[in-house]
Amino acid sequence: MSASPPAEVETLFGDYPLDHAFDEMREANGDLRAHYRALAETLASLPHDELQRRKQSADLSFLTQGITFTVYGSDEGTEKIFPYDLLPRLITAEEWDKIERGLTQRITALNHFLRDIYSDAKILADRIVPRELVYSCRQYRREMRGLQVPRNVYIAVIGSDLLRLNTGEFVVLEDNLRVPSGVSYMLTNRRVMKRTFPRLFHSYGVRPIEHYPQLLLATLRALAPEGRPEPNIVLLTPGVFNSAYFEHTYLARQMGIDLVEGRDLVTHDNIVYMRTTDGLKRVDVIYRRVDDDFSDPLIFRSDSILGCAGLFNAYRAGNVTVTNAFGTGLADDKALYAYVPRIIRYYLDEEPILPNVETFLLTDDKERKHVLANLDKLVVKAVGESGGYGMLIGPHSTAKQREEFARQIEANPRNYIAQPTLDFSRAPCLIGNHLEPRHVDLRPYILFGDKVNIVPGGLTRVALTKGSLVVNSSQGGGSKDTWVLQ
Amino acid sequence: MLSRVADSLYWMSRYLERAENTVRQLDVTMGLMLDPGGASAETRWKRLMASLGNAADLEWNGDLDAMARGLIFDSDNRASITYCVNGARENARQVREEISTEQWQRLNRLFHQIHSSNAEDQFRANTNDLLVSIIDGIHLFKGVTDTTMLHGQGWQFIRLGRYLERAYATATLLEVFQPDLYGVPEREHSGYQYLEQVGLLRCCTAFESYCQVYTADISADRILEFLLLNRDFPHAIRYSVDSTLQAIQSIQRTGGRRPPEELTAGIGRLHAMLGYTTIAEILAGNAGMFLHTIRQQCMLIHELIYRYYVQYSIQSALTV
Repeated sequence: MSASPPAEVETLFGDYPLDHAFDEMREANGDLRAHYRALAETLASLPHDELQRRKQSADLSFLTQGITFTVYGSDEGTEKIFPYDLLPRLITAEEWDKIERGLTQRITALNHFLRDIYSDAKILADRIVPRELVYSCRQYRREMRGLQVPRNVYIAVIGSDLLRLNTGEFVVLEDNLRVPSGVSYMLTNRRVMKRTFPRLFHSYGVRPIEHYPQLLLATLRALAPEGRPEPNIVLLTPGVFNSAYFEHTYLARQMGIDLVEGRDLVTHDNIVYMRTTDGLKRVDVIYRRVDDDFSDPLIFRSDSILGCAGLFNAYRAGNVTVTNAFGTGLADDKALYAYVPRIIRYYLDEEPILPNVETFLLTDDKERKHVLANLDKLVVKAVGESGGYGMLIGPHSTAKQREEFARQIEANPRNYIAQPTLDFSRAPCLIGNHLEPRHVDLRPYILFGDKVNIVPGGLTRVALTKGSLVVNSSQGGGSKDTWVLQ
Repeated sequence: MLSRVADSLYWMSRYLERAENTVRQLDVTMGLMLDPGGASAETRWKRLMASLGNAADLEWNGDLDAMARGLIFDSDNRASITYCVNGARENARQVREEISTEQWQRLNRLFHQIHSSNAEDQFRANTNDLLVSIIDGIHLFKGVTDTTMLHGQGWQFIRLGRYLERAYATATLLEVFQPDLYGVPEREHSGYQYLEQVGLLRCCTAFESYCQVYTADISADRILEFLLLNRDFPHAIRYSVDSTLQAIQSIQRTGGRRPPEELTAGIGRLHAMLGYTTIAEILAGNAGMFLHTIRQQCMLIHELIYRYYVQYSIQSALTV
């Protein structure tokens, strides 16, 4: 189901390189993929400046809405507009079906894993996952041992990062089980997109995602402590200086719940209250956007004032639900990631639907040797970092950087993993007046309350710099709307 | 409503009201300086500083342009217009989920406007244009606030901030102007005296409303009566105090707690003071003292609101 593009489409593409990486829009021989045809033709039919005009109006819309994020480590201009590409990324119904099944399976297994680790730890006794890997993980929380969480759900909000390899197959690069962000961009992208290409959007029959806040609210409600039929649900933010503050305000507003900071909360007799103008009001569910470390100075980092003293004890007493639970970062540790396929087989007795990326564990002498000899070809990542920080991309690195990483690996092999440099897929982006391919990933958002729920789509992140493989917003990445077709 | 949120909305509103007041007074003062005669530029500037509560602390150095620029743009000066707009936006940013998108966009635009290089150019070309456009921005924000926001507790805290700030600022202004209004012993109807009096009215956007009530026959006693005791004019102290009282009552109606005696008594006393006193009585007594008492009462009410709604002790809240 493909055909050579008509002449007008060719003009728009201009010099559009195709090589071994999978192109979302075109086949290896240059033909358009069938489901991209209507998009390409619409683009080609627009008058010369129309695309630019629509882009400007979309940009302005983001600017006045103040849709921004904060970049750490730069002094001035810390509020930035999230870069945005005008062309949607399309995913067919079959492709999505597999992604949805694969993620549901994966999240279910990871949740089993967390419950097991924090109770009987059978998987360790059965020697499926090495004991030392779990207990040496910085995200492992001893305090969670034996603690009963509502509905046994440890991870209620998840964002997993997928890549598409040159075989066309989707693989999971990492799972974000702590405080994944970006969902507000998914939602605002869609709103802007509907205004920018209304007719095209309609003709494609795109599956909706706008009900995400409602689903999230239902998820949080499902996890309320027993005996609290009308739970008071709040979103806990670190405050206005956090990079995702816009998202926190956005979600709170969309769900109609209070956005609280640590200083708004007090605990008394193991019950959490918030300070309101009408006095203290009991809090039942906390959707936490503050890392474990900063959540309760009595249990975790004592120098942090972002959380609420006594929160953990109230949680332990079962008087408040905090989600995601504490210590879930254990299961997205990049070294434990290598064991996820085994975890899936162990708990569900199924083969993983979505494969992992090949991963070298540097604690293994043989693998470490191989990695150190091939640093220029591999990607090295620190296991506890996210957001594209603490990473070495071999082919794009200098000898000095490689030396530095080699030294750090030797000093602390448990802290790093290595993966092959992936040739992940590229999608057409509007660069100047024509289309150029850029690398993209896909972060679907998964909700887990009484059951697993995934809104069709997610955030497609784009490495907007030519040839770059880094899609993180903190490192020059942008995003695209993602259309899952019916 | 969260106490922190109420506090931020209250301050957002107070800062904007303060910015507007400062813009208008600066505009009027610069206008008065155009006419030779009357008071000297230095006296006028000092009076402006005093009526802004002396927070400005800008010593007169003879260069009006530089002084005005400081009062508009110097973001380190707590009295400057930029400082107030920054404060309003910073407070709004922390309660982004509580205010409407329209409010946020409006305030954001005002913020960007005053920080753009355009604003400096406009200042040099025509200061009055700049000041008018800032006031426009603030008016638009207030309009959008009233038309797009839920008129619940949050809105009442915004109202509370606006009117408490206004009552206090107008009382300060009248207290400072008092010696000049009555300083001329024989009521000479010189043009300068007239300009001075109209200036005072314009500081409160009151000139046209005054004329509707008293005709253009302007006298110091009537000005005082109008700005102090009129119940229908939004910049009059009585109107502001009545609105403050209504806001507090609405907040109490929607909340579950009984208000403390002190707060009810404090605002009630102020309300009665302005409602049941005639201008003749005030003038027969010590008018300056009267204005001073109003200011003190406003400060007291501010403290009580803060102590009761925002920074209450946990112990007191648990025993209720």
